[in-house]
Amino acid sequence: MSKSPLKEWMASRIGARSIGAMTVLVLIGMVELAIRAGIVNRFIVPLPSEIIVAIPRIIVEENVLHRFWQTAQEVLWASLLLAGVGIPIGALLHRFSIMRLACETWVGALAAAPIVLMYPLFLVIFGRSATTIVMIGFAAGLAPVILKTLEGLAGTRQVLLNVGRSFKLTASQQFWKILLPAALPTVFVGLKLGLIFAMINIVGVEFLINFGGLGQLINELAERYDLPGTYGAICFVILTSIVFFDTTERLERFLRPGA
Amino acid sequence: MNHAASAAAATATGAAIGRRVTIVRVVIIAVILIGWEALSLSGLLFRDVVPSLTAIGRAIGRLLANTDFYANLGITVGEIGVGLLIGGVCGLATGILLGANRFLSRAYEAFIYYLGPTPKIIFFPVMIMWFGVGSGSKIAMGALSCFFPIAISAASGMRQIDRVLIRVGQSFRASTWQMVSKIYLPAMRDPVVNGVRLGLGVALIGTLLAETKLSNRGMGYLIIQAYSTFDMPKMYALLIVLFVLAIGANALIGRLSRTDLR
Repeated sequence: MSKSPLKEWMASRIGARSIGAMTVLVLIGMVELAIRAGIVNRFIVPLPSEIIVAIPRIIVEENVLHRFWQTAQEVLWASLLLAGVGIPIGALLHRFSIMRLACETWVGALAAAPIVLMYPLFLVIFGRSATTIVMIGFAAGLAPVILKTLEGLAGTRQVLLNVGRSFKLTASQQFWKILLPAALPTVFVGLKLGLIFAMINIVGVEFLINFGGLGQLINELAERYDLPGTYGAICFVILTSIVFFDTTERLERFLRPGA
Repeated sequence: MNHAASAAAATATGAAIGRRVTIVRVVIIAVILIGWEALSLSGLLFRDVVPSLTAIGRAIGRLLANTDFYANLGITVGEIGVGLLIGGVCGLATGILLGANRFLSRAYEAFIYYLGPTPKIIFFPVMIMWFGVGSGSKIAMGALSCFFPIAISAASGMRQIDRVLIRVGQSFRASTWQMVSKIYLPAMRDPVVNGVRLGLGVALIGTLLAETKLSNRGMGYLIIQAYSTFDMPKMYALLIVLFVLAIGANALIGRLSRTDLR
């Protein structure tokens, strides 16, 4: 006995995802009805239709594209710092094995430490400026970049290193021509993780210190008690982080086709 | 005989490397501390931004001797604990459901996967409106933060369970609760423990950041109060104590899971 077409469609990936999306739409509709019926207080949760209307308004009135660019610039600076500092530190720890043995657990502990909580300290050192935000993003993303660089370099196949030695490559040539190209996919995973940590912390600190781009937008709208605007801005930030995360995933798949 | 000799040589080499590692660590710590003290005395940075080590040490001593500190620590630990419990139970249940059912996983897991890396602190204004400015909104932040890593880990762990174990449970006609408590949870302990470790870290951050933003008690409040009054030694002391506690709690969960496995 064959399955009905509806069941077959539901079992397919596209069908299941469509049902997932439809569930969200139904839930949004139910929230709209609950608020209109007075079951949910509209001074706590605004009407979803109002949120949808608020999104174009905040894009125009609150200059969202400029704020997005500000946040993007901060993420870009943090990522440059991560690549420029994290990868060399990882390479140094790999080059001097005694340093690696001494410091690797510390770097691991740094990865588990709630670095973003140091933002008041960064505020004192760098002031209420974009530098504070960039430095927090950099500090939060540093540990995974170092650890993954180390992992990638240490995981280079022995046969490749032996080929380098048989060609009598210098230590520098061995690094640039053998070790780094072999470690690049893992280094990229570290950069991706570092970037995600940096992005999360950058938006978070923007919100906390009320300075910068998208994070500040949410804070300002919340302080003005512009509920539809606040919810709309949150939706916009979620969408941005989804696009950012998805882009890094696709980039990783492109650079590591076999992974 | 040869084996014994080579084992002894390996032990000796290991011990020598261990000694060198210890020396390097001591040197690094000494360089950092001396550099810090030199920077503090140099006056290169704005006054008190880098307080002397003795000032920080005294501040840690004062902090640990202050009963108010323990009261605030207790509040924060309580908020994180309740948040972790709520977010953990919800995350675990969601993960088990998504991992056990391919249709649910295909339909809904993408939402969790993509919402996971969003900065959770942006939901704080919403949490304040829903749960008020007291502990409720901080607990909600903790729960929201830890839900995603625990759900993702549990779903992944659920899919890794040996099918044979599930069939054994089914052949014994185990109830849903028996399947969860006797088969699923014991079989997926490692990913769940990892999820809880990650969840604890993010719940801690979520709760403390919320406290720094809007609160009148808790460790986050103490940090932001030290910032507002420019009491830098106290701020450093609070951050050091907090980091030690956070890293210690993380290591403790990791060690407990390893001890259980033995």
